[in-house]
Amino acid sequence: MTAGHATPPAPDPTLRAEQERRLDKAWETPRGWRYWSAVNNTQVGLWYTGTAFIFFLFAGVLALLIRVQLAVPDNTLLSAQFYNQVFTLHGTVMMFLFAVPILEAVAILLMPAMYAARDLPFPRLSAFGFWSFFIGGVFVCGSIFFNAAPDTGWFMYPPLATDVKQSGIGADIWLLGLSFIEIASIAAAVELIVGVLKCRPPGMRINLMPLYGWYVLIVGGMILFAFPPLIAGDILFEAERLLNWPFFDAKRGGDPLLWQHLFWIFGHPEVYIIFLPSIALLAMIVPTFAQRPIVGYAWIVLAAVGTGFLSFGLWVHHMFATGLPSISLAFFSAASEAVAIPTAVQIFVFIATIMAGRLIFAVPMLFATGALAIFTFGGLTGVMVALAPFDWQAHDTYFIVAHLHYVLIGGMLFPLIAGVYYYFPVAADRMLSPRPGKIAFWLMFVGFNVAFLPMHFTGLRGMPRRVFTYPEGFGWEWLNLVSSVGAFVFAAGIAIIVIDVVRTALGAPMRERNPWNAGTLEWLLRRPQKPWQTRTVPPVSSRYPLWADPELARKTDEARYYLPDAEEGKRETLITTTLDGDPVQCLRLPGNSFKPMCAAIFIGGSFILTTFHFYRGSLVSGVIGVAIILWWLWTGTAIIPEKRTKDVGVGLKLPLYVSGSDSVGWWAMLITMLADMSAFFSLIFGYFFFWTIHEDFPPAGVDAPGVLWPGIAAILLIAAWAVMPLAKRLNARGSAAGLRAMLAVNALLSALGAAALLSAPYVTGLEPTQHAYPAIVWVLVLWAAAHAALGILMTLYCFARSFAGLLTREYDIDIHNVVLYWHFAAITAAVTVATIVLFPLASGG
Amino acid sequence: MVFAFRREPDLWFLIGSPTVWALHFLACYVLAAVHCEKAGAGFVSIAPVRVWIVGLTAVALAFVFVSGLQAWRHWGFGANQPPHDADSPEDRRRFIGYAALLISALSFVAIAFTALPVLFITDCR
Repeated sequence: MTAGHATPPAPDPTLRAEQERRLDKAWETPRGWRYWSAVNNTQVGLWYTGTAFIFFLFAGVLALLIRVQLAVPDNTLLSAQFYNQVFTLHGTVMMFLFAVPILEAVAILLMPAMYAARDLPFPRLSAFGFWSFFIGGVFVCGSIFFNAAPDTGWFMYPPLATDVKQSGIGADIWLLGLSFIEIASIAAAVELIVGVLKCRPPGMRINLMPLYGWYVLIVGGMILFAFPPLIAGDILFEAERLLNWPFFDAKRGGDPLLWQHLFWIFGHPEVYIIFLPSIALLAMIVPTFAQRPIVGYAWIVLAAVGTGFLSFGLWVHHMFATGLPSISLAFFSAASEAVAIPTAVQIFVFIATIMAGRLIFAVPMLFATGALAIFTFGGLTGVMVALAPFDWQAHDTYFIVAHLHYVLIGGMLFPLIAGVYYYFPVAADRMLSPRPGKIAFWLMFVGFNVAFLPMHFTGLRGMPRRVFTYPEGFGWEWLNLVSSVGAFVFAAGIAIIVIDVVRTALGAPMRERNPWNAGTLEWLLRRPQKPWQTRTVPPVSSRYPLWADPELARKTDEARYYLPDAEEGKRETLITTTLDGDPVQCLRLPGNSFKPMCAAIFIGGSFILTTFHFYRGSLVSGVIGVAIILWWLWTGTAIIPEKRTKDVGVGLKLPLYVSGSDSVGWWAMLITMLADMSAFFSLIFGYFFFWTIHEDFPPAGVDAPGVLWPGIAAILLIAAWAVMPLAKRLNARGSAAGLRAMLAVNALLSALGAAALLSAPYVTGLEPTQHAYPAIVWVLVLWAAAHAALGILMTLYCFARSFAGLLTREYDIDIHNVVLYWHFAAITAAVTVATIVLFPLASGG
Repeated sequence: MVFAFRREPDLWFLIGSPTVWALHFLACYVLAAVHCEKAGAGFVSIAPVRVWIVGLTAVALAFVFVSGLQAWRHWGFGANQPPHDADSPEDRRRFIGYAALLISALSFVAIAFTALPVLFITDCR
């Protein structure tokens, strides 16, 4: 209902046509080879989704290879060594290159349409994320063609995976390739969190937000705390492989279990990071096909928030068989069972909505119900393996393989395919065909169960996972054969969908806007679509605006609402407040550029060259990448507008430039630094983990870094931090000289501080290859010093911006964001020094 | 979150009580793990850990209970029923209150769940 908002009159048709031409020009998708410089979400989202699907098909072919190999006993089709690569890459690609990225991709593609926004706040960041994902993904997948793929399982357990001789270069490809892709995930999280909170249409209060937005918000938050521990783990892992620092080597004070902790602190929330955005698609689909609002909106929010938190208390249930005390296991067992509560709430909400409405059984709904059936089954076996005694029986058998596929295919793939059928009109202006859809569904549903149901029994009969073949006589033969047949039936379903998608994409576009008679804003789009999405941004006062006001599409098209024009030829979108969706800023968005792609190529290059131990080339590539990012920031962010405010339509004037906590950039910095902090605290966790397992830590005979140098470093770095708020205040008073002086002081102090910090372990002669203690101290010191160095880079950037007249009293986004960075850099320095100096003193070491 | 007795709840209110769950969970795990590692594994009693965990659980449950009361107040003590989908600041507040109340209830149950093992397990085996 738009009753609360008066509808202004429509401008005359000539003016409207002119406005539209200007919008077309501002949002034009480049042609020819420049097409690849596009950064608009409609393009990047499509590339992202398409690439992730191609990786899915690739990993699916690997799965079929596995099933062919296991179809009969004593099969010699694949060698053991190649089989190891196949199953490792299957798991790795499905998880890291399909399940996680596709949901980011879908969100980037759909979120702006759901909010009737022109785009998300950082289009170039999305493009950078996509290119990072693409480069890293091709690198990781391509390795199998050179017989160099990772072959130690998708969770890379040491000591096998740290053994350079046994695991070869594949492990490095996994670690460095995926670390690079994790950066893309964090970039997507930043983009999506800020997008959900700040880019809603006017009037869309937090209680009116589409449920998809809630899920994306929670998942964005989870990514910030789940991915960084893995990045920290990767750093330790690569340091062991490349530099021989013994974090996971029990002979030299390390512990392989530390990797398991770090991996699963990431790995278990990741399951829910995959699951929640897929369930979010169902939360959009089910009300449409029940033709009524969702029953229990707040219960879905409960479920999303509840699962988001509880999923962080489950990680040790992957480690039940490692010999931890049963009291530890019991805590995680309890949490693993508790998480069933919010998970089930969502299922009941969907069932209630279906029962309360008039159900239309179209293809998306078919996949949705199939998803619920399969997922519920997987959830129940999940409760079984959450019980430690049962897990000890089932651990590392095909029972687990069956369980995880039920959860992931039921919880992620089926909802995703439902989403493909449902949202194909929004993504591609075309409708997939119902008949092939139904055939595909039944092939997939039956094929899936035929493939994976028997695996429970194969597992209970003792077949271990990851074996490349098995002898006759254990009663596994026919179960495996049935599974293999099922896998091919399932694959046939996928093939039909692929053919249908290609065939439909080549066909004529549709005209109908809202084919499912849905209630949410993404069905407001005109067809064929424009890259600027809706003609104007309508005010919203209902959870299902299209149901509340059937005339909304016409009124939006008649340019009656916000942002009807692009007078200055710039890309713009509205920024609104978090709680009530009051418009507060007209945000200028950056246009198409090759810079994000080039930055991804060179940063990616530095990771890839490191894999091959070309350290000099890697350094050069990294420096070029950073230089491109600086160039991108300099030319594309915190741009001073030609006027202070702008008329955005409906008689509203909004500022074009805001700074501090009002600006989206400040929030992006805050969110990025939260991720940075969780990586840092994962390293700190490493330190205390070693302390826990050692009687003497620091070990006897090793000199701790002392008090003098770390103390000096702490004083210098804290002082460097303290001058930054002062710099900001001086700038606010109009003293450019004061600002520059403080920035110079900061750069000097932090350079000295970083040097003092690095000299601490150097002076006492800590040798990182000897023992885990010196190694972890060195890692912490290097991490803190690197943060000081990054701080210096930012400080100098502000210094230069001030001289160039781009950072002034009125236009001060940069200094606000850099001061925010420094708060976190100071925490990093202080906690590092406290850990390496005060803790050993306090604990009598 | 828990202590901010404000009229207008914001999004932080939704994550107050699950944050208490997370801290409680972490504390239980760390206390037990460090005790069993340092005091020697096997038949070593976890009596001191049990006392600590029972105390922490009481504190955590009290926090969550208070934040639930707070949420109940924001909801309007149940005077209005969901779905709270009106375009008004009152309904926005009721919605956040209601959702926070549900989340507090889940956190309460989850905290109790986490603490249960110390009633049954007595040593570090």
